[in-house]
Amino acid sequence: MSVIPSKDTMVAELKLHLEATQKSLKSKKVSLGELTIVVERDSIVKVLEFLREDSQCRFETLVDLCGADYPTEAERFEVVYHLLSMRLNQRIRVKVRTDEMTAVPSVTGVFPVANWYEREAFDMYGIIFSGHPDLRRILTDYGFEGYPLRKDFPLSGRVQVRYDEEQKRVVNEPVKLVQEYRNFDFLSPWEGMQAVIPGDEKAGGQK
Amino acid sequence: MADQHLDRSKSSVIEEMDDRKFTINFGPQHPAAHGVLRLVLDLDGEIVDRVDPHIGLLHRGTEKLIEYKTFLQALPYFDRLDYVAPMNQEHAYCLAIERMAGIVVPRRAQFIRVIFSEIGRILSHILNVTTQAMDVGALTPPLWGFEEREKLMVFYERASGSRMHAAYFRPGGVHQDLPPELVEDIHKFCDPFLKVMDDLETLVTENRIFKQRNVDIGVVSVQEALEWGFSGVMVRGSGLAWDLRRAEPYEVYSELDFKIPVGKNGDCWDRYLCRIEEMRESIKIIKQCIDKMPVGPVLPEHSKFVPPRRGEMKSSMEALIHHFKLYTEGFHVPAGEIYACVEAPKGEFGVYLVTDGGNKPYRLKIKAPGYAHLHAMDHLCRGHMLADVSAVLGSLDIVFGEVDR
Repeated sequence: MSVIPSKDTMVAELKLHLEATQKSLKSKKVSLGELTIVVERDSIVKVLEFLREDSQCRFETLVDLCGADYPTEAERFEVVYHLLSMRLNQRIRVKVRTDEMTAVPSVTGVFPVANWYEREAFDMYGIIFSGHPDLRRILTDYGFEGYPLRKDFPLSGRVQVRYDEEQKRVVNEPVKLVQEYRNFDFLSPWEGMQAVIPGDEKAGGQK
Repeated sequence: MADQHLDRSKSSVIEEMDDRKFTINFGPQHPAAHGVLRLVLDLDGEIVDRVDPHIGLLHRGTEKLIEYKTFLQALPYFDRLDYVAPMNQEHAYCLAIERMAGIVVPRRAQFIRVIFSEIGRILSHILNVTTQAMDVGALTPPLWGFEEREKLMVFYERASGSRMHAAYFRPGGVHQDLPPELVEDIHKFCDPFLKVMDDLETLVTENRIFKQRNVDIGVVSVQEALEWGFSGVMVRGSGLAWDLRRAEPYEVYSELDFKIPVGKNGDCWDRYLCRIEEMRESIKIIKQCIDKMPVGPVLPEHSKFVPPRRGEMKSSMEALIHHFKLYTEGFHVPAGEIYACVEAPKGEFGVYLVTDGGNKPYRLKIKAPGYAHLHAMDHLCRGHMLADVSAVLGSLDIVFGEVDR
């Protein structure tokens, strides 16, 4: 009877395997038992193909693909791919960075399911995928403008809809809130305070 | 003269051919659209050439809203995703937070979670198999099935105070303990329910019309299931024994004895059979849980992540402050990212959570199984008849709350 390896050893082995075979990885790390690799934008298709075909990887299912926005960084968007191997029972997270203007190669050729996920990332963040067969908006309304999940998009949106009795149709108009949106800052100064209080350095020196 | 005649007959042939091709709108107000789905169907006579699902009619911006809520305030949004099995969604979210913050869930709470996850599975599967029968013409199954759903929703209500939007699973455990009478009643529900299942099966399973409409319709091969990112019954129906409760056991699933039903042909009928069997397995799990469930707390004690007891707050100042801070500022989760998933009734429901160490999620992506399944509609329906579209759609088990988010 063979011993079933634990999740952690499987992840560590996979990491070593990728280190040996893939030279183009920008970084790899294991946190909370999950392996995350960051790859060059242009090599994403090749990496995913490798991960799908390689006998130690066999990541044949694209579980999820999503965008994330980090506006303070040079390339603000991150595209995150979650892959699953049902045969070997392991998972991996692959990341790619991009900005508003640069397109990420589409992976619809490797995983057909990426089609809608990429459309969603485009719809929510405005991330462009080159080589995508049908990059339309998917979840937002017909004729919607803006990218709602970006951090600089307001929570209340920019337009509100209403049925106009005179024009006999639904019209868009700028958002008018009767009461201002209340976003309280509850963050506690007691636990979160890291600032140095003037005079503290003297107390430290005497000890 | 003869040439003219020939020309005219030629053009009429062309017109006839064009007549066969047309585009129709299916939904959004169609009883078989399972909510608000708009399908643009390109037809060649009665054969489907192309399906273009237009989704997003129920888009509420859940992911955006969650970024502006504390971790605890974000929880009830998960009930509103797949609203026929609400607690299963909460479960994935709670698991994500617990793994990031390293919260240990008390044993009794783990059992309660499993019981209610399985109740959710039965809720969802009853709805699906009976409405699938309705989509292909049967009217009685939903009437029988919904009676049982009602009983299960009463259990939800007795545990959480709400029939659907429970907000019962909390990071750390469950909100309140189950009263002993409720546990007893859930146990009493189990065996009669199996009888109802048998009755339902005599009505549907071997029914001639039901089989004509479902056997060999919407066949999914294992390869297709992988390529299209399927999960749950959609892969098990094709013969791949993949179940997260077995593959990545969470809570106490590794201690429980249950089987994973798999299909053979990957068609609509096999998926129906899988769901029926899964309900029986769920009942088995619920019974085991009730037998094994220990007595004890349902939330960790003296933890920064859960509110103090009412009684404690009457006498302890710290408890009162803690309670106040927890419900205003909320708790902080260490910075990092995680993907946590559960075997929801419809497939793998996952939560990708990114935190920056604050009291709100920085980014939260909800991976809904129905999204990938609905995407494959085009692939599955090509070459099928128009009438099969509703059968395939029924067997995909789509709920728009989770697809549109």
